[in-house]
Amino acid sequence: MGTAVSVTGLRKAFGSTVVLDGLDLAVAEGSVYALLGPNGAGKTTTVDVLSTLTPADAGQVTVAGHDLGRDPGGVRSAIAVTGQFSAVDGLLTGRENLRLMADLNHLGRGEGRRRATDLLERFDLVDAADRLPATYSGGMRRRLDLAMGLLGDPRVVFLDEPTTGLDPRSRRAMWDVVRGLVAEGVTILLTTQYLEEADRLADRIGLLDGGRLVAEGTSDELKRLVPGGAVRLSFADAPALEVAARVLGVEPGDPAALVLEVPSDGSVPALRSLLARLDDARVDVAGLTVTTPGLDDVFLALTGRPTAEEVPA
Amino acid sequence: MSVAATLADSRTMLRRNLQHAVRYPSLTLIVAAVPIVFLLLFVYVLGGTLGAGLGGPAGGRTEYVTYVVPGVLLLAVAGAPQGTAISVAMDMTEGIISRFRTMSIARASVLTGHVVGSVIQTLVGLAVVLAVALLVGFRPDASPLEWLAATGLLSLASFALAWLAVAMGLASPTVEAASNLPMPLSLLPFLGSGFVPVDSMPAGLRWFAEHQPFTPLIETLRGLLTGTAIGSSGWVAMAWCAAIALVGYLWARRGYERRPAR
Repeated sequence: MGTAVSVTGLRKAFGSTVVLDGLDLAVAEGSVYALLGPNGAGKTTTVDVLSTLTPADAGQVTVAGHDLGRDPGGVRSAIAVTGQFSAVDGLLTGRENLRLMADLNHLGRGEGRRRATDLLERFDLVDAADRLPATYSGGMRRRLDLAMGLLGDPRVVFLDEPTTGLDPRSRRAMWDVVRGLVAEGVTILLTTQYLEEADRLADRIGLLDGGRLVAEGTSDELKRLVPGGAVRLSFADAPALEVAARVLGVEPGDPAALVLEVPSDGSVPALRSLLARLDDARVDVAGLTVTTPGLDDVFLALTGRPTAEEVPA
Repeated sequence: MSVAATLADSRTMLRRNLQHAVRYPSLTLIVAAVPIVFLLLFVYVLGGTLGAGLGGPAGGRTEYVTYVVPGVLLLAVAGAPQGTAISVAMDMTEGIISRFRTMSIARASVLTGHVVGSVIQTLVGLAVVLAVALLVGFRPDASPLEWLAATGLLSLASFALAWLAVAMGLASPTVEAASNLPMPLSLLPFLGSGFVPVDSMPAGLRWFAEHQPFTPLIETLRGLLTGTAIGSSGWVAMAWCAAIALVGYLWARRGYERRPAR
């Protein structure tokens, strides 16, 4: 599998403010890559540079086989961009917006009309097709925005915070759309400040902070970077809790809750030995859950700062 | 980018601008409304006195209508840039321009769409103004060829000012600024030979009136429509239009390329 987006040593400063400070990135063809980071980490600037909107100060960028510096036209013909600010024409209806894109992509009249109708159906916009976007909800606008980009048959799609400001239902709908695109072989680079979004959608996640990647990997790989796993044991009554606490040498945080948190990497041998010790002491365990560190723990550990608030799912 | 693709993209963008004009007609109406108000004001309130001052044989209001209509038509041309600059600035504040920039389309087509759209909008406005002028007694004596030349001249002036308007719209940080920047253009027909002959003006103003672009434009149009002497005004007017178009085009292109992403 080839590389759809490759970035080496990308730098960009606005005046004396360094926004991208030697960013390296590789996105495999047909995969979803999430750039995760707080506001000001350089997410939007990265998308602006990769989509030819903003010139880079230094660095090598290739998108879908086209060198960004030498062949920006080639890059443009292979990409679609959906920014966090809606890029639809507010004075044209949904259908007219799609037709505008069809014409700018030099599709024939019939072909353009057919593809526009397909996209309206696929993005659940048929009823709204002949209304102005001012009457659309935030989620509908975002879907129209993405549909407009897809008329050009892009091989790489950049989604800059595709669900920021959307309600949970619209967010889920957007996620489904993204999964559908991936199924068709499109490569997706998305930025997000929502851990859950990166966790659910992305094959690989890059943690962006201060204009460079501070960590990169699959969601599981990233979570393994930091300690913080635990086994939560719950008990039926206070005596059982006391015995277990003594055997395991752990102070119960809140005795009234009848719960004990034991630090553990959550592996099978560790669990087996833990349960064996409790068995030996004849303690009945009412329930057991293994908690692994979340991406927010990873982010906090690597940058010393929490990300934005969690997704209200 | 091939010539055919550039033309196709420009045509697509023009259709977009015309759709906007139809859906948001106030900008077109304003092109016609302001000159019509001035036409009625100058003909019925001031026309009797101003007409007498022209010293022609007919005298009074009737003669003043003949004198003032070319100036009013160019007032419409001078007012159009405001609407054009506003719609360009509105475009720039919306994300749609960022989308266009990330697409493989002819770069200039966004701007040519606005320019050609503006010329068409202005010509529609001019037709309305002319209709009202005929109703209040304007009686041009132009031959078909002179009508053609007059239409060409107005289109050329409108084309030149449209490029300037697009540049102003791009240079404006806000829609409000874009609405104010072209305003002085609307004063120029008044500070030229549009409403009174320049030789009635005090020396300094007269010098300005004789050397600004609208006086030769008005004199040429007046000559074509009502048969007054044109002299060298025709060539001077065309030279002005070419110069304004060139400056506007270069300024607009620069503004479009340099405009920050968001």
